[in-house]
Amino acid sequence: MDTAPAVELIGIEKRFPGVIANHDVNITVRPKTIHAIIGENGAGKSTLMKTLYGMHRPEKGRVIVDGVEREFHSPSDAIDVGIGMVHQHFMLAENFTVLENVILGAEPVSGRSLDLKKAREDLTFLAESAGFDLDLDAYVSDLGVGQRQRVEILKVLYRGAKILILDEPTAVLVPQEVDELFVNLRRLVDDGATVIFISHKLDEVLAVSDDITVIRRGTTVASVTPGEVTQTQLGELMVGDALPSAEPRHTEIGAEVRLEVDSVTVRHPTDETAKPLAFDVSFAVHAGEILGVAGVEGNGQFEVCQAILGLVESDGVVRLDGRDMVGQSTRERLSTGLSYIPFDRHDEGMMLEAPLWENLLLTRDDEERFVKNGFVNQRAVRAATRTTIDRFDVMTPDETVPGYALSGGNQQKLLVGRELDSEPSVLIAAHPTRGVDVGAQATIWGNLRDARDAGLAVLLITADLEELIALSDRIIVMFDGYVTAELSPSEATPDVLGVHMTGGRVESIA
Amino acid sequence: MSLVEDPPDATSAPPPPSDDDAAAAMRRRERLEGAVVTAGSSIAAVLIALALSALLLVITGKNPGDVVSTMAEVATTSRFQFETIQRATPFIIAAVAFAIASKMNLFNIGVEGQYLFGMFWAAVAGAYVNLPAVLHVGFILVVGMAAGAFWAGIAGYLKVRLGVSEIISTIMLNAIALQITDWLFNDYFRFDDGSGSLDVRTKPLPSTAWMPDWFDGRLNSFIVIALIVAAGYWVLVNKTRFGFRLRASGLNPIAASTSGISSNRMVLTAMLISGAIAGLAGLQYLLGEAQSYGPARPSGYGFNGLSVALLGRNHPVGIVLAALLWGFLESAAGPLQLDDIPRSIVNVIQGITLLSVVIVNEVVKRWYTRRTTERAAARLGEGGAA
Repeated sequence: MDTAPAVELIGIEKRFPGVIANHDVNITVRPKTIHAIIGENGAGKSTLMKTLYGMHRPEKGRVIVDGVEREFHSPSDAIDVGIGMVHQHFMLAENFTVLENVILGAEPVSGRSLDLKKAREDLTFLAESAGFDLDLDAYVSDLGVGQRQRVEILKVLYRGAKILILDEPTAVLVPQEVDELFVNLRRLVDDGATVIFISHKLDEVLAVSDDITVIRRGTTVASVTPGEVTQTQLGELMVGDALPSAEPRHTEIGAEVRLEVDSVTVRHPTDETAKPLAFDVSFAVHAGEILGVAGVEGNGQFEVCQAILGLVESDGVVRLDGRDMVGQSTRERLSTGLSYIPFDRHDEGMMLEAPLWENLLLTRDDEERFVKNGFVNQRAVRAATRTTIDRFDVMTPDETVPGYALSGGNQQKLLVGRELDSEPSVLIAAHPTRGVDVGAQATIWGNLRDARDAGLAVLLITADLEELIALSDRIIVMFDGYVTAELSPSEATPDVLGVHMTGGRVESIA
Repeated sequence: MSLVEDPPDATSAPPPPSDDDAAAAMRRRERLEGAVVTAGSSIAAVLIALALSALLLVITGKNPGDVVSTMAEVATTSRFQFETIQRATPFIIAAVAFAIASKMNLFNIGVEGQYLFGMFWAAVAGAYVNLPAVLHVGFILVVGMAAGAFWAGIAGYLKVRLGVSEIISTIMLNAIALQITDWLFNDYFRFDDGSGSLDVRTKPLPSTAWMPDWFDGRLNSFIVIALIVAAGYWVLVNKTRFGFRLRASGLNPIAASTSGISSNRMVLTAMLISGAIAGLAGLQYLLGEAQSYGPARPSGYGFNGLSVALLGRNHPVGIVLAALLWGFLESAAGPLQLDDIPRSIVNVIQGITLLSVVIVNEVVKRWYTRRTTERAAARLGEGGAA
């Protein structure tokens, strides 16, 4: 190659309090190519793209665009050098037309008034060159998902972007729309643009990209071209191959079914025509058993958990300890012995501004020792919080500091402790060791195994295959809202899991 | 949002075993310090506001010295001191009504309409029953609370069932309450005593329904009820499970509903309680000075209560102090006018005070959050070394 790379990232490191999101990341994007960045959720792809788009600054490393080293303080700096980003979640004004949405914030003016005529000419030209079939006067509220995405791309192009970052552009599209998108992207590249797109779908990455960079655990592990690798090899690169063998257990799985999910379907909350978020999901978890749910995040695991908790409307039946939970409130389900370590500890699990002991009380204010006659027994709650802090090795001065004063890993340990100490009979553990260090991970795994040996039924949702195999007695895989496979831990090799998790078929690798 | 919800509480921290004594003392010191920071930032904001107001007076050609000396006189004269407390009473109640809703992020701007509605029905119902003294007052309080709760409950119901913002609906309900009470009063409950007096009003309450006056018409015993309301609010919010759930729903609604706290039920309950308390705000006037309802009824308690709650950071002690400040400024308005200082200067001082409070609070909050985090980290470091 004699031309300078469109984008070069060298030795990027990005830290958040207590977590290293990216380290030692090296990527070279050739101009006029489609460059795919693949990796599991939580691998650090989005963090990296936010660095490139100037949404935050890296601690270390260099960003070189078109041969010039840059330091971005905000997205507008990135836009100035021709980088544009299409976010996964569209940011469009529904009651504006396509034209109005595109020029919003970058309105062309002549004199002191809007120059809509010029905008229309420019946009018509841009849309044609990209091959978009868009009515500029249509209201965005009337557009489908695929067309809205084109409006977003048009917005970026209109601002002069030559390098487009697309964050999981295909996640929201149906297959035909995916094909159209790739035709459009190829046209843009032929016209001189460079496209970087994030994905975790192996087949589409292999089909459309010129180059592929694989990210695992925050760092780049391989740069390949589609011709060099098979889907299986790519899957292995993505999920890693150094998996432990399942640890032998010394207790028996109980006979009784503690949690039964029978044909549960969760529909899209607002769009009736959209495909269900989880479809016809069935499984059972026995006493003393850990059922692992593998899958890339966003494939229906969250919705199934919400259905079990009674937080969303769903079809089908959820049974706890044999009792039908249809029509029961979340509170009633939790008092039946259900417990939940949430997907997102900040959104669903904590009150960051409240002291730790109040955070402990949050899910447990039905326990008699904590509340008598409607009054909170602060002394008892604080004592219990101290016990949990000791038992789960939460690093904190005491139980009165506010939640925000703890590092993410210690917040996680507190939440795990809160739920396990409530002595549940069924535990939904979603990413129980997310963001914690290796030592804490071992502690939490030990706690979960002990609880399992004592008869707890655990539904373990995790994106970490090491965790999945280390803990699970059985594994189901979810993709696109469906349960696509059920495996034993010994069958769950990285390539098999990788293919199930990314929508491929097992036959294709045989 | 308040930084420190709990004032230092001697009863709650039992002496921990021996070597934790130092840690406990440190904790107490930190909590005390938190309270000082909270109070200090409010006082600083008030001082800033006074300085700005003085500047304003200078610019408009008045002598701030006159204002200060008049205010000093008001502050040191006993009848004005009593008047200050009397004027603070409805503000305390209205502020608690506002604060309890805002604990779960509900912005109840409708305290104004709720107290009006409560006062009206309390006046009407109280005049048509005969009960022994204490019971009669109790009956009227209950009617006022029920009417206020009903009026606020409409907004709660609309929010729960139809997702109507309580901000919009309570503003509208304020206007409706004003018109409905006017209409009901004029068409149905105007009392004609046959004297042809122009002083129109509802049927006067019998003397069994009066709250005793304590000082020359300047301090009514209703202040006791206001203080009970403030104390009850503190207990409810900080000591009970309901209060805990209320705060949890305010601090993180998603986490609260994930842990099984029904947000709909909390919204409705919070609005009902808020409205019930608001229904008491007008009753000092009714049971103390007027003994009937009429066009001369007071207005603005709701909006002043909102200001007082903001200034007092939704904390009962803060609310009482802020209400006293507000009451003092209102009491000073009369004497100031005698000095040729316009009454509006009082409103200007109130407005500037609020603005400074909001700004100073935000600045202090950021600083304090950072400091708490750093201090927790530092203490962990010490623990590791020991």
